[in-house]
Amino acid sequence: MINKGNLPPGFKIERSESNSEEFFINMGPQHPSTHGALRLALRMDGETIVEMVPHFGYIHRGIEKQAENMNYLQYILLSDRQDYLTAIQNNLGVCLAYEKALNIGVPERAEYIRVILQELGRVASHMVFFACFGGDLGGQTCLLYGFKEREMVHDIIEEVTGSRLTTNFFRPGGSTFDVPDTFIPRVKAFIKHMDKTMKDYERFLSKNIIVLERTKGIGILSKEDAIAYGCTGPMLRGSGVKYDVRKNDPYSIYDQFDFDVPVTYNGDTYDRYTIRIAEIHESLKILKQAVEKFPEGPWRAKEKPVRLPAGRYYSAIETAKGLYATYVVAASGDKPYRIHTRGPSFANLAPLNKMVQGQKISDLVAILATIDPVIPEIDR
Amino acid sequence: MKKKNMTVSRYFKRYLKRCVTGPVSLVMGLSVTLKYFFNPKRIVTEQYPENKKTLKMHPRYRGRLEMIEDAEGNNKCTACGMCEKACPNASINVLATKNIAGKKVLGRYEYHFGSCTQCGLCVEACPFGAIRMSQAFEVATTDPTSLDMILNKKEGQG
Repeated sequence: MINKGNLPPGFKIERSESNSEEFFINMGPQHPSTHGALRLALRMDGETIVEMVPHFGYIHRGIEKQAENMNYLQYILLSDRQDYLTAIQNNLGVCLAYEKALNIGVPERAEYIRVILQELGRVASHMVFFACFGGDLGGQTCLLYGFKEREMVHDIIEEVTGSRLTTNFFRPGGSTFDVPDTFIPRVKAFIKHMDKTMKDYERFLSKNIIVLERTKGIGILSKEDAIAYGCTGPMLRGSGVKYDVRKNDPYSIYDQFDFDVPVTYNGDTYDRYTIRIAEIHESLKILKQAVEKFPEGPWRAKEKPVRLPAGRYYSAIETAKGLYATYVVAASGDKPYRIHTRGPSFANLAPLNKMVQGQKISDLVAILATIDPVIPEIDR
Repeated sequence: MKKKNMTVSRYFKRYLKRCVTGPVSLVMGLSVTLKYFFNPKRIVTEQYPENKKTLKMHPRYRGRLEMIEDAEGNNKCTACGMCEKACPNASINVLATKNIAGKKVLGRYEYHFGSCTQCGLCVEACPFGAIRMSQAFEVATTDPTSLDMILNKKEGQG
């Protein structure tokens, strides 16, 4: 028994007579559905969660501090190791900040390479979400299906960049290599395949009665809370805020493509799931347009700078998880004075306590799956 | 909350409706599974140790670092040290020496595979095209000392 005023650190709701049967349990750090080394300290009343305190930092590597001892190009490879599911998008986020500083343009072909790889990365990340979401709800078949399509994306990415996950591909002014000749046919084949399989997968999970019962009305995040906690990406759009950096603050050549920003208004677990499925379709739409218009020409700007002019530079991009922003403070020399990253998973985890209060412990697993956090990015 | 406000008849109707739609949705999901079950062509799993002979990495695959050498073991390295500077983990030590003519040439090219992250920045930095990433992907070892290797067989040409 814990007396009043003797709560473990982090818990705020005061103990009263009516809830004296409460107990505390740990979920994680070794738990398959926390998606990494994340510990959630839960205050339970029976099977109902009263309060939750997340503990993270188990795999803190001090990436931002490491960046101060590396030159600018070397930091691009560290951005792979933050959110490993959207590594190729993180690469671009860093490069855009450098390009702003150097004031250099990017050839058209390079922009198309960027957009195609971005959207492929987004599809891959959302397929992992689809897989883990099904897996966390208890459907192991779904887990394997999702990873099948993701494997195809990573095969394409491996052929282009040389590595599956830690791509380290984009450079200020373009990319490391030109794409091989087989790239566009493979992407076309993938789009064709994906259109077909997505119909299967929606039939598989979206209307399933078990999924509906376990997700509808669970873990509601209101529009006001989503904005107040700084949520971005599918979390924010699932709560009814139509904000996408690709539309509202277009970077690269996203303003030339015709695509929608899907929004749902209930803010529950099912809505966050449908948003991601809809986003896969939007990504495929962008891919189709980009593949059609893919131009010839140079794929990297002539400048290959190693130093940034002194100043402060900011860039924001929309990764599969949300807004990924890089803030570079450049001083003299070839090393940054400070690089700060605003990661989407960290901010998206913040309203978890509010969402799980009053829910059952098995719902927490479903809610956490739709936040889709990547722990190395939270810890950094 | 919603359930409390419902009248008994409406609740009962919804219950009956779900009794029908629920199993239908499950069968629909199962049809996808069966589709894959009866279509072995859709299976993408690779039988790894069995397909070793046909399994090939893409030409750009970043495996272990290796030196490009011709048949006699000559390489193009001039010991400029650009790769050493580009490496984020200090996995490369380029030790220069002097040849008989007193010119700076490559003595030993030390490479610590244990700390290498295979980012490929060294290959990008090399102005002479003397190094590349190999296609080797089975690099696990039980002997950690074998991870520290010397890449060049001969001293450099200068």
